[in-house]
Order: sequence, then C-alpha cells, then structure tokens
Amino acid sequence: MSLLEIKDLHVQVDNNEILKGIDLTVNAGEVHSIMGPNGSGKSTLAQVLARRESYTITKGEILFNGKDLLTMKPEEAACEGLFLAFQYPVEIPGISNAYFLRAAVNAVKKYRGEDELDAMDFLPLLKEKMRLLEMDERFLNRPVNEGFSGGEKKRNEIVQMAILEPKLAVLDETDSGLDIDALKVVAKGVNTMRSKDRAIVLVTHYQRLLDYIVPDFVHVLVNGRIVKSGGPELALELEDKGYSWTEPETVGAKR
Amino acid sequence: MTTVNQIQDLTDKEYKWGFITSVDEDRLPKGLDEDVVRLISAKKNEPEFMLEWRLKAFRYWVTQEKEQAEPKWANVKFPAIDYQNMVYYSAPKKKPSLTSLDEVDPEILKTYEKLGIPLLEQQRLAGVAVDAVFDSVSVATTFKEKLSELGIIFCSFSEAVQNHPDLVKKYLGSVVPYTDNFFAALNAAVFSDGSFVYVPKGVRSPMELSTYFRINAAETGQFERTLIVAEEGAYVSYLEGCTAPIRDENQLHAAVVELVALDNATIKYSTVQNWYPGDKDGKGGIYNFVTKRGKCLGKNSKISWTQVETGSAITWKYPSCILQGDNSVGEFYSVALTNNYQQADTGTKMIHIGKNTKSTIVAKGISAGHGQNTYRGMVKILKGAAGARNYTQCDSLLIGDKCGAHTFPYIEVKNASARMEHEASTSKIGEDQIFYLQQRGIAREEAVAMIINGFCKTVFRELPMEFAVEAQKLLGISLEGSVG
Repeated sequence: MSLLEIKDLHVQVDNNEILKGIDLTVNAGEVHSIMGPNGSGKSTLAQVLARRESYTITKGEILFNGKDLLTMKPEEAACEGLFLAFQYPVEIPGISNAYFLRAAVNAVKKYRGEDELDAMDFLPLLKEKMRLLEMDERFLNRPVNEGFSGGEKKRNEIVQMAILEPKLAVLDETDSGLDIDALKVVAKGVNTMRSKDRAIVLVTHYQRLLDYIVPDFVHVLVNGRIVKSGGPELALELEDKGYSWTEPETVGAKR
Repeated sequence: MTTVNQIQDLTDKEYKWGFITSVDEDRLPKGLDEDVVRLISAKKNEPEFMLEWRLKAFRYWVTQEKEQAEPKWANVKFPAIDYQNMVYYSAPKKKPSLTSLDEVDPEILKTYEKLGIPLLEQQRLAGVAVDAVFDSVSVATTFKEKLSELGIIFCSFSEAVQNHPDLVKKYLGSVVPYTDNFFAALNAAVFSDGSFVYVPKGVRSPMELSTYFRINAAETGQFERTLIVAEEGAYVSYLEGCTAPIRDENQLHAAVVELVALDNATIKYSTVQNWYPGDKDGKGGIYNFVTKRGKCLGKNSKISWTQVETGSAITWKYPSCILQGDNSVGEFYSVALTNNYQQADTGTKMIHIGKNTKSTIVAKGISAGHGQNTYRGMVKILKGAAGARNYTQCDSLLIGDKCGAHTFPYIEVKNASARMEHEASTSKIGEDQIFYLQQRGIAREEAVAMIINGFCKTVFRELPMEFAVEAQKLLGISLEGSVG
C-alpha cells in the first residue's frame, strides 16, 4: 500500500479551477519534489493535503495510509501523521514555542492512545531537535514565531517536524527566504529525517534546495497539472531551460 | 466563512453555576424608601453615624433618581430599571454565627462547596482566607484568628462596623463618596454587607484574602461594599469571585470597593467576575454596575487591579487609582469577554496628582457572538504631577462578525513633563492561526482557547496562581462552541 495516493484531484477556489486532475503516488521512504512556476497550484496542493478548508474539491480522491484523507479534519490528518511545513508560518502571540510544541506532541499522542509527555520528558527531546537545527534555547520561551526572522521561522518549522515525527512531511517552499547557510542547516535537518518509514514531499520553485536534499522523484506542476515526472536530473534540466519547455500543450491557454 | 457559521453554535454555552439553593430567607418586601434604609441599618444594629450616612446617601440618591441621573454615557443598552420593584435586603434566616462555621446553614455550605470554595478547614492547604457573602450578608470568614495574630483584620463589613467603628468612620466614603455617582449613592444607602480588611503598619499578609460573592435569592439586588486599608509599609493581596443562579429577570448588582494605601503600602486586588450572563438570546443576567477605586494616599504606595470579566449581562465598571502620594503606582490589567448578547463597558481611570507617579493599563477585550465590548479609560495628569508616566495598551480580539469592539481612551495632561504612551490594536481571531495549530494536531476548540489565552497572557500572569488557572478555564467555558 502506498503512503499517499492522489487520484484525479480537481480543486477550485472561488470557482477557479486551480488543480486540474493531479495523480501522484508516494511511498514510504521516498522523497518527491514538486516544482513549478508561481501560480501553478503547488501551494494549493500542499494546503489541500493538510486539509485547509477554503478549497473546494470537485473531483478525485486522496488516500493517506489507506484512509480517505478528504473526510479528515486538519487535526485528524495531523494526528494520522501528516505534517505541513508552512510557507508563511504564523505568529501566535503569548504562547511559548515549548508550550505549543508539547501541546501538539501530546495531542498526537493522545489521538494514538499513547501516554502524554510531561514537561520533564519533553524538554530534553525538544532541546535535542533544536540543536540539530542550530536554534538557540531562548526560542523555547519565545512566543511561537513572534519576532522570528524569516530563516528562524523556517528552521522552527523543521524543529516541529523533527519533534512530531510525521509519516508524511510536506514542505511548502521551505527554501524561500533562506540564505545559503540557513538552507544548509534546514537541509541537514530534513536529511536526518529521511527514513524508510517516512516520505517527504518538497514543494519548491527553485532547484537550489535539491542540491542539498536530493529527491528520488521530481514532478513538474504547470497550470494545475503534472506535466512531467522524472528523477533528480529533471530538476537540473529545469534549472537550465526554465519551465516554459515543459508546457508546450498549454501554450496559449489562459490561466 | 466556516468560522462565521460555526460561531452560531456559540449558544451551546452553559452556565454551570446557575443552581438555586433553597434556604429560608429573611427578606424585606420590594421597594425602597427611608424606612427600608432605617430597617436595614436597624437589622445590622448599626451605630448612629452609619444610619446618618446612609440616610444622607439615600436622600441624595432620591434627587438623582428624580432627575433620572443614571449614568447614560456608557456604551450599553438596557430598559429602565424599576427601583421599587426590587428587594433590598435578603438574608439566610439561620443567623450565621460569627464564631463558628458549624452554625452556618448546611445548605449554604453545600453551595459553596459546589462552587469549589473551600470554606472549611481544608482550606488551610489552599492558603486562602475566605469571606463568603451570600445574598446580602456575609456568612463566614475563615482564618480570622490566624490573621488577627498579625493584627490583620479580615471580617465582614457588618462586623467591622460593630468592632472597628473608628476605622470604618475614618475611611468609609473617603475614596468613593456617596455623591460619586448614581449607583454609588444607591449602594451607600442600602448596602448590607461586604468585606473589610485592615493591614497594620509594616505587616505583609501571609496569605491571599478572598471574598466569594453569591447572589441566590430572586428579585434581589446585591449591594456589597468592600473597604481595604493598608497602613504604612503593609502588603495585601485580595481576591474576589462572583456567581449567581440562572434567572429570567435581570438582577442588579451595585457594589462599591474602596482601597486606601498609605506610605509604601501595596494593595493587589484581583477579580474573577462570573455573574450569570443571561441566556443565548440575552434573557436574564446580572447588571453589574460597580464602582471600584483605590487611593494611593501615601508616597511610594501601589495599587494594582487585575480583573477577568466573563459574566454579567451588562458590565459597567472602571477600577481606578487616585495617585496622590509622590512616586505612587497604579496598575490596571483587564480581560473582558462578551459573548451572546453580553455588553461590557469597562476600563479604568488613572488620576495622577503626586510627583513621579506612574500608571500602567493593559486592557484586553474579547468579543464573540453578538457581544459588545467597550474599553473606556481616562488618564489625567494634574498640574502638580511632574514626571508622571502612563503606559496604556488596549487590544481587542473579535470572534465572528456579529460582535463589536470599541475603544474610548481619554487623556488629559496638565503638566508638560508627563510622558504618555498609548498602544491599541484590534484583530480578528485568524483562520490562519487556527489552521496552523490544527495542522499540528491540536483540535479546533483547543486551538482557539490557546490563541485567546496567549492574547490574555500579560493579564493572566498578574493573577495569583490558582486564580490564573480558574480564569483560563472560565474563558474556555465561556467560549464553548464558539468556533465549532
């Protein structure tokens, strides 16, 4: 059984069709990259997977771990092991990072019928993950994402991923706004998370991230459709030629 | 869009303190005239000065009532109150003994137990001394002996009038005179009990002092009066909590609180107000028209108000500080929540008189359902208040699209050396924030509670520990169902 199966997925926002029939299968242990120009529907796909409700699914289905993802609430999908690293992580004033993360971990544990962690057990675990992402311990007590720089927010997303240990992690433009050093740190964090039990989907505009996280598969998303799939070499080709060469069949079609 | 629809479910909210205790009441007939005032005073066996003061207050109130001089500037709406259609004194019949809890009607003790107020000796563990006011009279004050060893007086107002008339005479009305406003005048005329605290020179109260107010009887107004005096160098932290049964008619609660802090004294006053807010259609609920004011009389004195207001159909209250002593400090930390058809017009006044006086105002308003939430504040820097400083922060959070948040900050500065800061924000609870938390596995309701607790954090951390926990829970309950 595949970890994620997307079949003929059509998605609308305000009566505009954004995704026009996506088919994608992701198995545990694989890293997929979804690349595409701005407005191609990449982020929509990521948000739909995380069960954001502002999208209308007009057709198709998604199976996550064999279960119907489209009937799950966002928190259920999360507890089933689906993680989204946000392109724009939001700020939660007044709630410390440590408190928030423990609440999240315990929500997931509770869902799975496991024992919840108290602060004594949780903190060392969190500190370890923060070291991995080279984040200072003062971030423990700072309100979630408040006053964080762009790079700090992105690293904080990966800390969350590391602590939640999802089955499927979807990283939405995690590389945007990162300088090269921060990118390396984030990539290191993601690479340590690679395992045979876990799949990772990297949504990105640029090939740059893929120098550090080498995917098994690359898919090119243009105008709501996957127009090309291949190995890591496809990303390099894209870098070289741009996206236009992948979309001959859509030339002239107005988005 | 989904939030808006789900917000209609706000109505699921339940008020779990709404039960009625059946006790025999000694109550006066409805209506108010001079005889009622005399009768209340007589029932309490009051000295002459009290009766005179009450009568003066009553006569003043009558003139005010004739002129229909109820405060009309507040941003709240309610039908005219018929002051003759209300009971002004109701007391549990079994006469509470002042020496032993054993003689308190067991029904009342059960009520307090239900409310989670530890009246009996186990409260020693909680480290909270409690005075409990049931309808019009104070039924039990605990820990009295332990406190009195330190010279701290903590008793019902009636007892204070009997046992410490000089202190009462000296300070009663010294901060809130009966001419202050319509409801203060009414309270002065008919108030039947309340709490009295006196902390002598140099004494730090070793425990939190607490009063629990409970309205039980129907058609009864509650008019309690609290007076706290902290002598030179004294410190006291005082908490009050309030609940009432569910009744269809509105009930009036018009309390007065006066605080006096002498040189280097500190008074910390915390309130968790959870009077019955009315039902989902706005029927019933308490009219909470309260005058609270503290006077920093001495130099380096400090008065700090913290309030969490989740109850009442209408809240009209402005815990204030008169900063008379040089270097004195006034603080006001507030969370006010309005849901369904609740209305709140609340805030503070900081009157800077002394030199280098400092005030801080942090007000957080949360509106949900059809709730209307108004912050009204005044910062006044008088001529002599050289070097005065004020910091004001007002934040409003809206849940749904049928509620309202309003801010009316008044600033009056007569000394050019004053420094004023004012920050204000209004935000809607963000779908982005909720979704972010949900994506991490946190259920929608908990996500909302978490965002709101974060919003209120700067106020909650001013509350004593146990109270902070209670306040957080209360916010959660008050918003139950509000976001699906």
